[in-house]
Amino acid sequence: MPAPPIVEFSDVTKRFGDGPLVLDRVNLAAQPGDFISLIGPSGCGKSTLLRLIAGLSPVTAGRLRVDGLTPEQAAAELAFVFQEPTLLPWLTVRRNVEVPQVLRGLPAGVIHATSRRVLDLVRLGDRGGAHPRQLSGGQKMRVSIARALSLAPKILLLDEPFGALDEMTREHLNEELLAIRQQQAWTGFFVTHSVAEAVFLSNRILVMAAGPGRFHTEVAVPLAYPRTEATRLSRDYHDLVAEVSRILRSVETAA
Amino acid sequence: MSKRVLHLLLPAATGALFIVIWYAVVFSLSEEMRFLLPTPGEIIAAFQTNGAALARATLNTAEGALLGFGLAIALSAVLALTLSVSSLVRVSLYPYLMMLQMTPVIIFAPILVLWVGPGLKSVVVITFLICFFPLVVNTTQGLVSTDRNLVELFRMYRASKAQEIFLLRVPAALPYFFTGLRIAATLAPIGALVGDYTAGSSAGDGGGLGFQAIIYSSQAKYPALFATAAVTCVLGFVFAAVVIGLSWLALHQWHDSYERADK
Repeated sequence: MPAPPIVEFSDVTKRFGDGPLVLDRVNLAAQPGDFISLIGPSGCGKSTLLRLIAGLSPVTAGRLRVDGLTPEQAAAELAFVFQEPTLLPWLTVRRNVEVPQVLRGLPAGVIHATSRRVLDLVRLGDRGGAHPRQLSGGQKMRVSIARALSLAPKILLLDEPFGALDEMTREHLNEELLAIRQQQAWTGFFVTHSVAEAVFLSNRILVMAAGPGRFHTEVAVPLAYPRTEATRLSRDYHDLVAEVSRILRSVETAA
Repeated sequence: MSKRVLHLLLPAATGALFIVIWYAVVFSLSEEMRFLLPTPGEIIAAFQTNGAALARATLNTAEGALLGFGLAIALSAVLALTLSVSSLVRVSLYPYLMMLQMTPVIIFAPILVLWVGPGLKSVVVITFLICFFPLVVNTTQGLVSTDRNLVELFRMYRASKAQEIFLLRVPAALPYFFTGLRIAATLAPIGALVGDYTAGSSAGDGGGLGFQAIIYSSQAKYPALFATAAVTCVLGFVFAAVVIGLSWLALHQWHDSYERADK
């Protein structure tokens, strides 16, 4: 018997006020350890879907369970990485990483040990004393990821975290994200506009359609982890990128 | 010549030129009119003859300015926090705060003396009134201008209202607070002077710089009057310098108003 899903959407519908439908009867069961990428045209509700899981916005109709709980109850088990690094500019890198633990009132010893560990994890162990403005865009994003990992979440929600970065930095961070996942297991939901990024990172890709937002096609990515630079050169990888791109194009022309 | 040397030499040259023109103007006046504009030399001499009186007056004014300024900082912080927490209170009060900021306190100075009593008390209240409004307006603006993404981050981590205010909104408001503080710091000595000008005569301690100015003016001791102005100027510089220093300490490592630290 398969493990119970860690995130389960049952006919979830979302509408803001009297506005149009943003998500229409979405169904999804995410298994623990899944890395699910959400890709689709603007306005298909991918970011909204993450915000529902995070409990930042309530569902209009249907049922959403996160680790068997409502999103509000499950808040402690998930972390969100925003599009922007969203760092507090007056705090050092280390203090920024410690914010979630401080807000939760953890003892100082635990806080210091954890921040040291997660900063090492994102390879910024030597930049703990720097202020955010001294870092590059990619480094800031790594701090943001370290902060999200500091409470050891079961679920990590990433809303286009690398969208603003250049191609090289993005590829490096993709590899790092997977390397981090080898050390600290979580279920990932990843919103992106990049097909290549979605294929490289995830084991499941959900192509979404807009007007109203809904799941169009799910593509399984059977490439073995750990994935490395070599993965990007493989035939299977290229075929998958081509396939997802084709589906995405058909979704966008239909819309 | 290096830019650095030039940046020291040019203002020094302007100052020297200014003093030369000053003497030229004085000596172009007829003998009996010369008392209207004392020379820099006479002003320096006035410092020596009136040193004790000026020192005492400076300390009195500085005390009034400091107390009024401090009171304004403390009470404006409390009011700004209240305004930032409740948008209803903010909407009800904000227009009037802006209006009061525009109100010239000097008009009410004489009656304030009757209300709160003579001497230091009046000086403190008038300084307070002049410093209070720019501080409230700027600090409130800062407290409600927190980056929405950061607020959302705190809500996501289920921060308490107190955590959101003291760990996020207050530090984020610091640059605004210091803008208000710089304005208030230059106003504080002027406020104290205005207060002293109206209330100083009734103080038992001999009054401050404002009262001293009245005395020198009525006795036609114009070099001493200019010396009083110079002392007030220095007092203003000290206030501004302290605030600029504090602002640097609080902001230079992270805020964009200070040059980027090296990468």
